Amino acid sequence: MLYNEPSPLETRVLSRRFGKPNSASIDTYLADDGYKAFLKASKMKPEEIIEEVKASNLRGRGGAGFPTGMKWSFVPRNSPKPKYIVVNADESEPGTCKDRLLMEYDPHQLIEGILIAGLSVDAHAGYIYVRGEYRYLIEILDKALAEAYQKGWLGKNIQGTGFDFELYTHTGAGAYECGEESALLESLEGKRGVPRIRPPFPAVVGAFQCPTILNNVETYCAVPAIIRDGGKAFADLGVPKAGGTKLTCLTGHINKPGVYELPLGFPVLKLIEEVGGGIRNGKKLKAFIPGGSSCPILTAAECEGATMDYDSMASRKSMLGSGGVVVMDEDTCMVKAALRIMRFYAHESCGWCIPCREGTAWLRKLLTRFHQGMGTRTDIDLIGDVSRNMLGRTFCPLGDAAALPTISIVEKFRQEFEDHLDGKPCPFEHARHMVTV
Amino acid sequence: MTLSPQLEAKFNKLLESYPPGRQRSAMIPMLLYGQDEIGSVTDDLIEEVAGRIGVTALQVNEVLSYYSMLHRKPMGKYHIQVCTNISCLLHDGDKLYEHACKKLGIGHKEATADGQFSLEEVECMGACSWAPAIQVNYDFHHFVTPEQLDRLLDGLKKNAV
Repeated sequence: MLYNEPSPLETRVLSRRFGKPNSASIDTYLADDGYKAFLKASKMKPEEIIEEVKASNLRGRGGAGFPTGMKWSFVPRNSPKPKYIVVNADESEPGTCKDRLLMEYDPHQLIEGILIAGLSVDAHAGYIYVRGEYRYLIEILDKALAEAYQKGWLGKNIQGTGFDFELYTHTGAGAYECGEESALLESLEGKRGVPRIRPPFPAVVGAFQCPTILNNVETYCAVPAIIRDGGKAFADLGVPKAGGTKLTCLTGHINKPGVYELPLGFPVLKLIEEVGGGIRNGKKLKAFIPGGSSCPILTAAECEGATMDYDSMASRKSMLGSGGVVVMDEDTCMVKAALRIMRFYAHESCGWCIPCREGTAWLRKLLTRFHQGMGTRTDIDLIGDVSRNMLGRTFCPLGDAAALPTISIVEKFRQEFEDHLDGKPCPFEHARHMVTV
Repeated sequence: MTLSPQLEAKFNKLLESYPPGRQRSAMIPMLLYGQDEIGSVTDDLIEEVAGRIGVTALQVNEVLSYYSMLHRKPMGKYHIQVCTNISCLLHDGDKLYEHACKKLGIGHKEATADGQFSLEEVECMGACSWAPAIQVNYDFHHFVTPEQLDRLLDGLKKNAV
């Protein structure tokens, strides 16, 4: 059963098998031309695989949007060290629930993408780092791995190609920070998930101090289609500089919440009105988060003419991010939204870098005070000031991820902060309750 | 300590899953799977894991305090986790959490006296399009209303008796 009805506006490439009977089984995957892309790739030169991925204009789907083919080309293929393929399945960005479906409905598509990545850099082992809360997915993945081993799609000399590959699942245990690539690698080594200083990047010094490809689940899942149909065909689905489709999670005040696969460059207002069926209860749009709570927020006016791709969002000083769209209607209290987002970052800051550890804690206190009606006028500027002093001063992007949306909310919805001054009750809550920290 | 045959097999498989000399990688999975069986991360479990991966108990302690799913105190038989992060908040996840507090008579990371239930306000669990969402142990429940939560908790109470 599907979590939501598909939309006729979708372009289903990665999600083409969602909802089919037994879609997670290797038999149905093979019947749907599964693993043919791996066989094709096994006859290609490694550099040809990477060129095809480059031609697809595939960019990392976890949030940062780094060009995937370029990332793979940084791995020193001739290094005497073993190389690893690591999958970031630590999906934790608030608003994001897409990798779950890719693993639940089509785990073999992920395995095939991993194998092709392995061929491209001569890696023979891989780890799927799954967030601890996704235990049922580890069970689905372990079953898929067992099937693949049994049918000769993992292990020694896969299908007579001479290529060996061992693949394992690895559980996290509750930590947003472990979705950051270098913290994930620390966690995979049995340590606290604190970020590493870069360079060196994981391509050179990654898992177990060896060269590593580390990508998001959705990124690997795009690879079989790219090899099967060619990089150009995938690129042509999207817009220049951003190829293919993106799994988009519609959340918040929307009539038809759900996960939809849409071509890059899909118009924001069409996404809300036609895919999502408009704002719930006939309300007006107030704010829009394009790809997870780390992205600067857009006002309704800024959504006019905006499209879901990297450049359009960058031109509005936001990011495409992870695909976690959060839609907020006219009755949403932006102070409360800013506070809840900051509570999250304050909870998840690993404490390694002082600007992030202290900044998120102070911002949480300031915003809590504000929401309780005890803020002062100077606090409004102080929130922006503390946020700006975190930018670029941390090992990993969590500090920026906390600061950027906060700065955008204060700048764009300053009036709402002023409306909370002088002990005035929150204009959006009839019976105000105190927010606990 | 004596482990169940299932946990013993799980630990052994984990120890074989990492490159030679990298057995420490198994630490976090071992602690989580161990907690699932024992109910919490006990001193014995820490010693056991430390011994198997060749580190000190102190090194295990240092790591486990980082991860929010690892608990030193036993949680309830049914650990109710209510998400109040942004997508769930927009669907009154905060009110659902308050409802759960009242219904169970406990607060954040507390357990009922009979050990049947514990409650936790959690961060995003990856169910944002189906908000508000909760997890009971590892099971997801989507689009949860206060009435549905009541029915779910009442059903679990009956199970317990």
